[in-house]
Parts: sequence; C-alpha cells; structure tokens
Amino acid sequence: MRVLALAGRRLAASIPTLILILIGVFLLLQFAPGDTVDAMMAQMGGGDAATARHLREFYGLDLSVWAQLGNYLWRLVRLDLGFSAIYGKPVVTVIAERLPATILLMSASLSFAFFFGLIFGVIAARGVNRWPDTLISTLGLIFYAMPTFWFGLMAIVVFSIYLQWLPAGGFEDITVSLTGLARTLDIAKHLILPTLTLGLFYMAIYLRIMRGSMLEVLNLDFVRTARAKGMDETRVVVRHVLRNALLPMVTLIGLQAGTMLGGSVVVESVFSLPGLGRLAYESVVQRDLNTLLGIIFVSALLVIAVNFIVDLLYARLDPRITAGA
Amino acid sequence: MDMTRRAALLTSAAIASNVLFPMRSFAQETPRKGGVFTVHYGAEQRQLNPSLQASTGVYIIGGKIQEQLVDLDATGQPVGVLAESWEAAPDGKTITFKLRPGVTWHDGKPFTSADVQFTAMEMWKKILNYGTTLQLFLTAVDTPDPLTAVFRYERPMPLNLLLRALPDLGYISPRHLYEGKGDIRQNPVNLAPVGTGPFKFAQYERGQHIIADRNPNYWRANAPYLDRVVWRVVTDRAAAAAQMEAGQIHYSPFSGLTISDSARLGKDPRFIVSTKGNEGNARTNTIEFNFRRKELADIRVRRAIAHALDIPFFIENFLGDFAKLGTGPVPSVSTDFYPADNGPQYPFDKALATKLLDEAGFKAGAGGTRFSVRLLPAPWGEDITLFATFIQQSLANVGIKVEIVRNDGGGYLKQVYDDHAFDLATGWHQYRNDPAVSTTVWYRSGQPKGAPWTNQWDWTDPTIDKIIDDAATEVDPAKRKALYGDFVRRANTELPIWTPIEQIFLTVINAKARNHSNTPRWGSSSWHDLWLAE
Repeated sequence: MRVLALAGRRLAASIPTLILILIGVFLLLQFAPGDTVDAMMAQMGGGDAATARHLREFYGLDLSVWAQLGNYLWRLVRLDLGFSAIYGKPVVTVIAERLPATILLMSASLSFAFFFGLIFGVIAARGVNRWPDTLISTLGLIFYAMPTFWFGLMAIVVFSIYLQWLPAGGFEDITVSLTGLARTLDIAKHLILPTLTLGLFYMAIYLRIMRGSMLEVLNLDFVRTARAKGMDETRVVVRHVLRNALLPMVTLIGLQAGTMLGGSVVVESVFSLPGLGRLAYESVVQRDLNTLLGIIFVSALLVIAVNFIVDLLYARLDPRITAGA
Repeated sequence: MDMTRRAALLTSAAIASNVLFPMRSFAQETPRKGGVFTVHYGAEQRQLNPSLQASTGVYIIGGKIQEQLVDLDATGQPVGVLAESWEAAPDGKTITFKLRPGVTWHDGKPFTSADVQFTAMEMWKKILNYGTTLQLFLTAVDTPDPLTAVFRYERPMPLNLLLRALPDLGYISPRHLYEGKGDIRQNPVNLAPVGTGPFKFAQYERGQHIIADRNPNYWRANAPYLDRVVWRVVTDRAAAAAQMEAGQIHYSPFSGLTISDSARLGKDPRFIVSTKGNEGNARTNTIEFNFRRKELADIRVRRAIAHALDIPFFIENFLGDFAKLGTGPVPSVSTDFYPADNGPQYPFDKALATKLLDEAGFKAGAGGTRFSVRLLPAPWGEDITLFATFIQQSLANVGIKVEIVRNDGGGYLKQVYDDHAFDLATGWHQYRNDPAVSTTVWYRSGQPKGAPWTNQWDWTDPTIDKIIDDAATEVDPAKRKALYGDFVRRANTELPIWTPIEQIFLTVINAKARNHSNTPRWGSSSWHDLWLAE
C-alpha cells in the first residue's frame, strides 16, 4: 500500500507539469510564422484571400491567442481534444489510429534493447577488460554512434534490396488481404528492421549502464560475503548482483519511454510506419495545433503511466525504497 | 554532396538515352489484364477531391477516381472525357458542352448535366483554387437536357483558355452526394471520393496507404487493365528509392526522389527515368524582388542581380539534363503561347552587373559590401535550396550580402505573401497550360494581401495590367497569343520576377509499366490504359 501511496503522489505531481507543457507548446507554436490555413494553401498550390478568411473563421483562428488558449484548456478539462484541421476528424480518433503502431514498435524495441542490453552487459562485466568485454563494448559504441536513419537505410539496402528477405517499409502488405495469424506474422515481418534499427541504439546504452552497474555491485561487501560462503559464481551473479544492478536499468526505461516516442520520427519515416512521431512532425509542419497538443497530452500520459510502473518495480527490486518512504 | 553531384553528371548521358526512347518497342505487345500498380505518395493532402483542390497531390489519386470534362491528348490538344463535344458562341459569352451518354457514378447513379451545373457553380466558382479566378465571370450553367450543359459568362471567355484550364480545373463531382449535405469542404466524401473514373475508391489508411479498385462498369470498353492501384505513403525520399528498388513501389511521380537517386536509377535497366508525360506540369525557378526595398525597386539593381548569376553553370553542375535556361514567364513547352521573341535576356556578365550597381549608386562600403538582403527559399524542392545557396555565393561576388532565411511551407507563404518579410524570394512558378490560369496573377496589380503565388511585390505597372486584362477576354486565339507575347516581353523588361530556369517534373517508373507517360499530364490522368507486363 505504501508503494501505491508513493506512486500516487508522484502521479499527482505530474499534473501541473503536464498543464505547463501544454501551455508552453501552445505558445511556442504561436511564434512559428503561418497558421494551418497558410500550410493548407502551401499544399494546394494557391488560393484566394476570401477562401483563406472563410477557413480561418472555420478553424477559430480569427480569435486572439489567449482566447484560443482558453478555449483549448476548457475543452481539455472536459476531456475533449478537439478537431484536427488536417485530418478532418476528432483528434482522439486520429491518435487512436496511430497508437497501435507506435506502441508495438516502442515495446518491441524497448524489450529488445533491455533484454540484450542486460545479457551483453552481464557478459561484458564478467569478462571485464578481456576480449568479450572489448568486443561487446566496441560493438556497443558503434551502434551508439551510428545515426539511426543511416542504419535503417543500410538495413533496407542489405535485407530488402540485395537479400530480399524482408520488406523495405510499410506496416503490412497491402497488395494482398491477409487475416488472422498470417496477418500477425506479416506485421511482425514488417517490424523486424524498424525494431532492430531503433532497438540497437538503445541496446548500446543499456549495455553500458548494465556493465557499469554490475562492476560496481560486484565490488560491494555483500558480494564478497556471498563468495566467502562458497557460492558458485553464477549464483552470486544471478541471485545477488543482478537484482541490485538492475535498478539503474529500470530508471532508464522510465526515461526512455518518452524519448522513444519522439525519437522514432526518423525510424517511422525511413520505414514508412504510421506512428505518433511522424504524426507529430506533420502536425508541426501543417500547424495543426489541436493534433500536436493531443499527441503531447497522450505521450505525457504514456510516460506518466510507464513511470508509475517503474516506481512499482523499484519497490519490488529494492524493498528499502518503500521502507524509506 | 560533391560526390553525388559528380555522380549525377556522369550518369546524365545514360538518362538522356532513356529520355529519348522511353517507350522502347512496346507497341507490339498485347496488354495484360490484372496486376496491382503501386505509387509513391510523398505528401498526404487534407482531402482527395480534385473539384475542390487543384494540385498534383490530389490529381495523383483523385484523377483516377473522378474525371473531368476534357483532358489533354498525346499531342497536348484538348480531348473529350465526360464531354463529347463543345461549341462557343461568337461573342464568347456562351459555351455549350455536349456530355457523354451512358456514364454512371461509382454508386450506380447516372452522370448528368445537373452534376456539371452543381460542380461548376458550387465548387469551381466558390472553392477550387484557380477555379475561383477562372470562373469569376461565370453567371450560370443551364441544363436544357441531361446531356447538355451551357456555361454563361458575363464577359467573353476564350474557348481555348477554358479548354486548356479544364484538364486541371474541370473535375466533376456527384451532385447527389454533396447537395444539401452541409459544408462542401467538410463532406466525408472528400476523403472517400466517388467518381466516374476507371478506379473506385476502396480504402484510405492515413499515414499508410490509399487503395482504389478497378471499376467494372467503366464507360470505356476494355478498360482499365489494372485490378488495383495502391498509393503508399512514404515521406522519406531515400526510403522511397529503396522501396522502388525492392519492387514495393512501381512509380514515383513529380520528382519525388532525390536528384542523385533519380540519376542512379536512370542507369538501372529495371527503371525508366524521364521528363516525358510531365510537359503539362512545367515550372520555372523564380527570383522575386520586393519593391519595398529601395535598392530592389531600382531596375538597374534587379538587372545586375540577374547578370551576376551564371545560370548555365548552375544547371550543368546541379540539375543535369532535366533543366534548361528559362526565357520568361511562359515556358518553352507551351506550344500555344511561347512567343517567338521573349524580350530582353540577362546572360551572366559580372562586369556589367558591377557597372549597373555602381550606376545605381550603391557603392561598395567597408569589406566590399554594397548592401545586405534577406533571401527566402521556398521549401518545395532540393533544387530551390541549392539555388538559394548559389544566389548567395554569386551575389557575394558583386558585393551584395545575402542572408538565407529558411521556413517550412506555411511559414514561407506567410512571410512572403502576407507579412512581406523578404527582400528576395526564390521558389517555383507552376505554369498550367495557359498564362491566364496561374501566371498572370504573379504580375497583375491589385492582388489581395496574403493571397499566395500572386503579385505581392509592391510592383504596379499599368501597361502590363492592361495587357493581362485584354488577353483574359480576347476570344481570337491568334490575338491572345500576340497579347501574351507582349506580356512576356514587358515582364522581362521590368523584371519584377526573374524566371532563369525552366524545369519539367521527373518521373521514375518501373520498366514493367506499359502505356505510361503518354500524355502531357500523365501523372494526373486517369490511367485507363495503363498496364503491367509480367
């Protein structure tokens, strides 16, 4: 129960932050020259002044900035995210359409990064300064330093163009209509390259953190005690060291859930995936304020949810945290 | 970058051979029924109905689903689609279209003159960009019988202007799905269009794809050949090139790939890279001068800037074979209006540029700078970005310091056409087969503030205004052509805008496609005869 109270307090504290972020983004976008009608004209290749005036009235852009902001916040209180100017549908619907692809890609690459980061981190730490460590650390550095878009394109060149094993982009095959398991497998096939592209970068980070954290914990007194008891090395690592070394990794998940939502724009563009990152980018270019604020709102909720889970995990991994609160 | 440019040049010869013989020897083959044709779709639009929005991003999809009264044939002449014949009254104020019988909408309802009347009066005249200007003096469309539509104009409407504008601005929408259904712009049919064309709208997944299936009741016999057309939304140009190579995309229209990728694929026998089929989408690179700056209001300074740029050098090194020297606001592909004499031209002459600037009284100050200007490049294509840098470096050589200010699409239009916060701007002028459609508004004074792609340069010239007004209502084709010759010469003399480069969009298409690129606006056309070889 104590854990829930702690997490609940954290949850309540994030609400003012959320409102501040929304107001900040709203005002920031006011500084960008042009509004959604200008963006629309740019897309159409021309239009007359009367049309523009009519459209501005339609989107409520003839009001003052403060009136617009007031309207938006009031709608938000009633849990109404508004209407998207580019998509001609409620923002909730627009986001709901994109959410599955984003969450799928995010959870797949986070799990990939976490799992392999953990394994390689442990291997590197156990063989510190010997060849496994050098090899893993070097590879990690390469993945970390490589720009995602370049890695994605190279993966397409190798696996889609030369070997023709995997599709070059898209979320599923649209030239044939698949259902059930065949469709699931098809989507999975389409997600392999994007998951690797996004996941390898994060894996490099997890690997470094895990390695460092393992090395630190391995030098602590209780590890010496465990070894002195005559425990074999594998049991020492799995039962004693791993659990304590995991704390920084879990912290990172909470932090990176947010980064990944925004950072996947590049991967989504390269692999033509219909995710939230690309939607956000398009909303900025099209000056679709409602959609952009809606995405930020939903992303913030996702990050808050992930951090809530992380708080719970902390307590599970290290009982001292609950005791301290 | 240097490497890719050099590579682009080395391959230009290979591409040139494709440009000359893009159709190879396909004539003897028997068309194959079936197949799915996939198209690269770079920028999603807010709606897909071409009766409401005139842009290639809409035609590339809506143009297969909906049809217009007339289109252009292989030689660039108007040919009937939903109209079978047309006739203008001698005074030019009445134009009668006889419509094609036996045509039905995708939902089974018959196509009649009532649809034409509704679309013309409620969509073209009130909403469609460029349509509102073209149909400004349209007072009514009479429908004496279901297959006759009589357009009545307050002022004479040149028949050849209307026929050249209608391929783009003449798409018909179904009256029964729009009338009495609220705001036309917000009608859900706009995102699931219903037309008379060879393909029926099937599905639109935002951010992913659009699908249209073969229309079994299409009015042309034995058409279309394809079972399905799929547009894949791919925003990243390099990824689109990769998907073409992987066979996931057959066709990337309107210069959708980067210059270097297009050059690379042009060497590959699996692809055809060509400007053919895009002649109806000619564009010129422009430099717009803001006359609110006293330096730029001086004709000598504008001419000096033109003389300071070595355009042949830029074309040769950056654009390759797909661009040529521009001669004025009417591009050379416009056989109907291209004048024999374009008036003054401004070849590269640095000494002359320096002399003109000295004469204008803008002497070089400390550090050799005469004055500074803000240059706004439009974000429509990589050639504009390259050209902006080229302008910056060239003008530095004659003592004009250029600061480049970059914007995205909405920001660019706002800053140039509404805030007028620019000194020089550079972008594209799109020519739409007749100067009266989208060209003369760049020069005619009295444009409302904020209207994009119009004269917002604070430049007023009664001479050119009179030529433009006379030509717009001149019904004699020969006299209209002569008037537009005067227009071009006046524009090149006064130089409120300079049009130094002429370009045609580039098509990259899989070599399995047949009957492609066979009309001047093929990318926008209905593809009723397109087929895919095994």
